[in-house]
Amino acid sequence: MILTLSGVRKSYTTAEGLIEILKGVDLQVASGESVALTGESGSGKSTLLHLAGCLDRADSGSIVMNGRDIRQLNENECAHYRRTQVGLVFQQFNLIPSLTVAANISFHAKLADRFDPAWEMELIGKLGLRDYISRYPEQLSGGQQQRVAIGRTLAARPPLILADEPTGNLDEQTGDRVLDLMVSLSRTARSALLLVTHSARLAGGLDRIVVLRGGKIVE
Amino acid sequence: MNLVAFAALLSHWRRKPLQLLTLVMGITLATALWSGVQAINAEARASYARASSVLEQGSLRQIVAKEDDGIATAVYGRLRRAGLNISPVIEGNYRFGPVRIRMVGIEPLTMPRGSSGVTIANGAELSGFFSTTGLLLVSAATAERLRGNTEMAVKVHGNVPDGAAFVDISVADKLLEKHGKIDRLVIAPEQRVTVQALEQIAPGLTIREPADQPDVSRLTDSFHLNLTAFGFLSFVVGLFIVYSTTGLTFEQRRGTLRTLRSLGVSLRTLAVMIVVELSILALVSGVLGVILGYIIAWLLMPGVAATLRNLYGANVSGSLSIRPEWWLAGLAIALGGTGVSSAQSLWRVWTLPILAAAQPRAWARASARSLVYQAGAGGSLLILAALLAIAGSGLVAGFAVLACLLLGAALILPGLIAVTLITAQQFARSALMEWFWADTRIQLPGLSLALMALLLALSANIGVGTMVSSFRLTFIGWLDQRLAAELYVTAKDDDQSERLRTWLQRHATAVLPIWSVDGEVSGEQVQIFGVADDPTYREHWPLIASDKDVWGTVANGQGALVNEQMWRRGQAKIGQPLVMPGGWTATVVGVYSDYGNPIGQVIVGIDTLVDHYPNVPKLRYGVRVPPEQAQDLKLQLVAELGLPETAIVDQASLKRQSRAIFDQTFKVTGALNVLTLAVAGFAMFSSLLTLSGIRLPQLAPVWAIGVRRRDLALYEIARTLALWLVTFLAAIPVGLTLAWVLLSIVNVEAFGWRLPMMVFPIDWLWLGAIALLAAFLSVLVPVRRLATINPADLLRIFANER
Repeated sequence: MILTLSGVRKSYTTAEGLIEILKGVDLQVASGESVALTGESGSGKSTLLHLAGCLDRADSGSIVMNGRDIRQLNENECAHYRRTQVGLVFQQFNLIPSLTVAANISFHAKLADRFDPAWEMELIGKLGLRDYISRYPEQLSGGQQQRVAIGRTLAARPPLILADEPTGNLDEQTGDRVLDLMVSLSRTARSALLLVTHSARLAGGLDRIVVLRGGKIVE
Repeated sequence: MNLVAFAALLSHWRRKPLQLLTLVMGITLATALWSGVQAINAEARASYARASSVLEQGSLRQIVAKEDDGIATAVYGRLRRAGLNISPVIEGNYRFGPVRIRMVGIEPLTMPRGSSGVTIANGAELSGFFSTTGLLLVSAATAERLRGNTEMAVKVHGNVPDGAAFVDISVADKLLEKHGKIDRLVIAPEQRVTVQALEQIAPGLTIREPADQPDVSRLTDSFHLNLTAFGFLSFVVGLFIVYSTTGLTFEQRRGTLRTLRSLGVSLRTLAVMIVVELSILALVSGVLGVILGYIIAWLLMPGVAATLRNLYGANVSGSLSIRPEWWLAGLAIALGGTGVSSAQSLWRVWTLPILAAAQPRAWARASARSLVYQAGAGGSLLILAALLAIAGSGLVAGFAVLACLLLGAALILPGLIAVTLITAQQFARSALMEWFWADTRIQLPGLSLALMALLLALSANIGVGTMVSSFRLTFIGWLDQRLAAELYVTAKDDDQSERLRTWLQRHATAVLPIWSVDGEVSGEQVQIFGVADDPTYREHWPLIASDKDVWGTVANGQGALVNEQMWRRGQAKIGQPLVMPGGWTATVVGVYSDYGNPIGQVIVGIDTLVDHYPNVPKLRYGVRVPPEQAQDLKLQLVAELGLPETAIVDQASLKRQSRAIFDQTFKVTGALNVLTLAVAGFAMFSSLLTLSGIRLPQLAPVWAIGVRRRDLALYEIARTLALWLVTFLAAIPVGLTLAWVLLSIVNVEAFGWRLPMMVFPIDWLWLGAIALLAAFLSVLVPVRRLATINPADLLRIFANER
């Protein structure tokens, strides 16, 4: 297993008081496997993804990635973990507005010291971005921006890709096309994929579906 | 206007108190510096008006001699007998020990009522005024200076300007040794007299209309224009803050504005609400600004008074009074300034489509095209500045060159920085450095106004600093040459002077009389000095231009030297015969530097001076002795001749005093420099702070990819310092050009002398260090906020749900 979550708990303090979002989550993802994480709004899907990406800290339990419990990592080690072990794709694209498409795609790979120009060109071709590499994010459509975000993640060949509703801002047709690309390219890159989605149809295209309900994995 | 909707609009400030503070501070600072400078100018002009009205009876016509040789008492009697209602005035400079006073002798019984502003209160005062010992009517400050220096009775009178004294005409006649010669006759307002009628009674006299009189306010116009320019510069820098804050506020309220409109608030109502909101803020900030301006003016006023006294000989009260028109002008400028700097935001509200996106767009995004247009406008202004410098003339042209230069350079700056950043990005070796330069470029539109303000402040500092330091160095060198005598001694009266001269012949290497009379040459009131034929002058006196055997020609009575001011004003040139008071002539054979003197000066041989003006006061001397004997001689002068110590000044003390006066003179300029830099620093701080609020979406992805918050904070510091560095480097050539314009155009027009320009790189480093510290402080709060930001806040950028 590349990623193993055991008894992970997480709560937040809000105006209404302490709310426990995750109540002991157990989940395993194998290398190269694609897993759809579904559940109702507020069930904790994004929180779980943030914990796995070392963007946030679990209250208890363990999150083991490649044999290392990331709950024990300090901020520097977390930053290094995100740089080298994880690729993140978000609904809001979160591209760097000051860099061109080409610079955005190569950015993470260069940070992770895994920049491979040939792989980058292959990705650009497969993502259909060849004509846009000199453009800036604001000059692209939503679908094109999301393809750039996927390209940025895949160019770095991370062992684990965490995608939080990557097609949530796209129309159905574009969303399908983008997701197909992501799944097939992550397989090519031999990256594991944990994808949060509300769509049963999209979830059906992945290797496995897990449902989060009441703060626990129920199936 | 819907109050609920207005409350909703105002609620923005409750959520953004720092933004509100920035806006209020921007308007306050802009108003404060502008109205402070205006207060100083108004006070000084009121002083000139008072002095003119009191000393010159400026509003009245006067009778004067055509040849400037005074009016005989007999002629005055003839005019009175002819029925003319006129009053005689005798005036001149008189020295009470070390205190030099402008003495005005009046005849209170014939003086037109209210014309002098000085009234004799009662019979007892009148008898004191008429007494043979005399009564001096002076200001409180002058009375203080006179304490212990005169045996005459002194009475403080509120209307008398500083440095002047009113006495009975007979006392003035005696003290000024006028021997019955009257300087002018003031004509009563109701008296009608024509030049033709006067010609028949007294052919040697003429009528001087009020407008013909020399006016100190005209002399000091340049200084006040200079202050106004500085005040305006600070005002513009302050408005930059207001502009950037209102722009950001508009962007952040786009959603609210759209919602209000979709809920039925009309565009007109919305616009009115915003105008009312801005007006309230402008008025509140305006009141604060005027109060702050008053404090600034109050603090600077003594320095301004000293400057005006030292550079122009103008007496200005060092105090400040509150005037209603000043308050109104301050509030008007606050309202006007806020209106101008908010106009673009208001226009965007007016043209905002009802279905405009609620998401704030990139704030004040400047496209490459707009940068090119802006740089083009800046380039045009620089060309205009060059053309004006070559072809223009006069003080206004000088200031126009300065304005075009500064504005042009400021407009070009963002384009210049963009090109620098693009070049740096092309040479970047790592992905992070590439991102760093690209990200810095994207911040440029939000920071460009603050950077332009910083450029203006730094350039003004470098320019004015270079001018003052060049002036200082030249002035000190000139002092070393000019103050060659080891001791300067002033006798109390002619008897003491005679004894002093005889005694010094035996004890000093050389005795150099410093005697002078005032008179009119080439249509201007000048001082005429006599110099002895002594090697001291040949070896030390600094000459700018000269004929052959200058000193020999001066000594034999044929030649005269003029100061630089007269020469540059075209009133004298080498080889030109000067008609001196009394009708004799002397040929100009040399020109000498005479820094710090507001009026023209002519030097002739001492024998020639005494021959033509036998009544010249013969009280002051320069004494040459070996330097090591100077202190002993001073003690001997006190012990053997009974001279008070205050009557003897040694060379070192005089130089020290001169340097102190010089430094005091430029204190105001220095203070305004610091204030402008402080406002620019605040503009930088407010821009960075407001930008930091919209930075998270740009920084969060980089953090998510694995760059630590601490590293992001360090990059933010490096970014600010990089922008500061480019701005500072750009400010050096702009500042040096500014200094050149000040030294070669403005100073020549304003003061009448030209100085060599020198550069002081160490001063730039100091300024750079101070600006660096300001830039560092300005980024500290935003960076601290970023370095300690809760990861949860960064996560919100990504979170769709929790």
